[in-house]
Amino acid sequence: MRAARALVVAAAVVSGACSTSSTAVDAPLGGDVTVFAASSLVDAFARIGDEMKKANPGARFIFNFGSSSTLATQITNGAPADVFASADETNMRKIVDAELAGGVPKAFAGNRLEIAVAAGNPKKIGALADLARADVVLVLAAPTVPAGRYALEALTKAGVTARPVSQEVDVRAVLNKVSLGEADAGIVYVTDVRSAAGRVTGVPIPEEHQVVARYPVAVVKGSRNAPLANRFIDYLVSPDGQSTLAQFGFSRP
Amino acid sequence: MRSERPPALLAALAIVGVAFFILPLAGLLARAPWQTALGDLTTPEALTALRLSFVVSVAATLLALLLGVPLAWIYARVPFRGRDVVRALTTLPMILPPVVGGVALLFAFGRRGLFGPALDAIGIRLPFTTFGAILAGTFVAMPFLVLTVEAGLRSMDRRYEDAARTLGAGRWLVFRRVTLPLIAPSVYAGAVLCWARALGEFGATITFAGNLPGTTQTLPLAVYIALETRPEVAIMLSLVLLAVSLAVLIAMRDRYLRAF
Repeated sequence: MRAARALVVAAAVVSGACSTSSTAVDAPLGGDVTVFAASSLVDAFARIGDEMKKANPGARFIFNFGSSSTLATQITNGAPADVFASADETNMRKIVDAELAGGVPKAFAGNRLEIAVAAGNPKKIGALADLARADVVLVLAAPTVPAGRYALEALTKAGVTARPVSQEVDVRAVLNKVSLGEADAGIVYVTDVRSAAGRVTGVPIPEEHQVVARYPVAVVKGSRNAPLANRFIDYLVSPDGQSTLAQFGFSRP
Repeated sequence: MRSERPPALLAALAIVGVAFFILPLAGLLARAPWQTALGDLTTPEALTALRLSFVVSVAATLLALLLGVPLAWIYARVPFRGRDVVRALTTLPMILPPVVGGVALLFAFGRRGLFGPALDAIGIRLPFTTFGAILAGTFVAMPFLVLTVEAGLRSMDRRYEDAARTLGAGRWLVFRRVTLPLIAPSVYAGAVLCWARALGEFGATITFAGNLPGTTQTLPLAVYIALETRPEVAIMLSLVLLAVSLAVLIAMRDRYLRAF
């Protein structure tokens, strides 16, 4: 009798444990999800992909990183994306206007600009105005790319006319040119400087010249795995997802 | 050549093979904004890219001629140890992904590259300059010239050179007045192929030289950038590249397309 009661209790505990876990995290989902994401998300999304896989062992996340404008062009031309995470609202709007968003885009992260310079800042770059110096080799992202447009906005706010030697195809290419030592400075996101810690040094941009990037994410209409795509987005905006993004330097949306 | 009826399976697969190449071209042509074609091609960004591409591809071809013809002569005439290995190394860019070539150029001639400090000391900066774009073009395109000229040298009749030598002409004179005129068709063909390849160069250029309108943004880079904002300009520039490539191949048909 006592043994039987103990069994019942044990069963209740087990089922209780199951039910709490299934309310906190839904049943694991499987299949493939292709995520098209802004190149500034490369490190954070790799981690988030791993975290998602822990909760959904049968799932596979395939990432395609590039400039948000390239990705938007690819999606409007029929690239098989399930999720689109853009570094700006302009490129997300292209997807929405093409009626390719499978829902209202959700803002999931914010980012700020920083000047990336060679480790140790040998050229003593202290402000945006220094980027116009003749002895400073500056690279920016192309003005078609969110990071390039934001950089121009910041320079305009600071009243600086800079002459970049190259307009790179995405923000990570800017970071690479600085970390390889080919360029003295570039304007990138705070999160990029953090990801290249040791190879580049960040020079903060004051509040009055800052441009805040807001990252929206949406499921792409026609996704062959909408449940998992939605799960990915839900995770991004969940406390766990937000804390991972915060570890990489992203702010709340 | 004897005409023969192909087995049905071969014919069907061959038709798929043709479609595979024709359909993308059809897609490009179908999307081409013919009404505004002239306007799109004369936008400032298109004109800048066209002008720069012309300069870069011609300069890359001239540089390839200067270095490539002597190299082809050595390969054809001087059997030295390790010649096959050296030839393989110098023709590597024909099959190497261009972006790898760009990375290699960066690590050799970039500011922090192996020879960067030495170049810097004499005031030469290659990345982010038009000369850097020219070097990237030469790097990927010169092998086409070298192999074409070498083939010409190997198939030429050497008795003319021998005759010139017995008449007392020096080696340089023989090369300039006998060899070069005899292999002129190969040199032209190699130069045209090399020019077309340099014109289409993308990966090594964007990696090594960067992307700045008027300085390093050649046609293929302009196509890539414009595709996101001005697709009609990108399509028209693509058609220019397509027309040039097709014209080159048709002009060279006797040399390459009917070789066998």
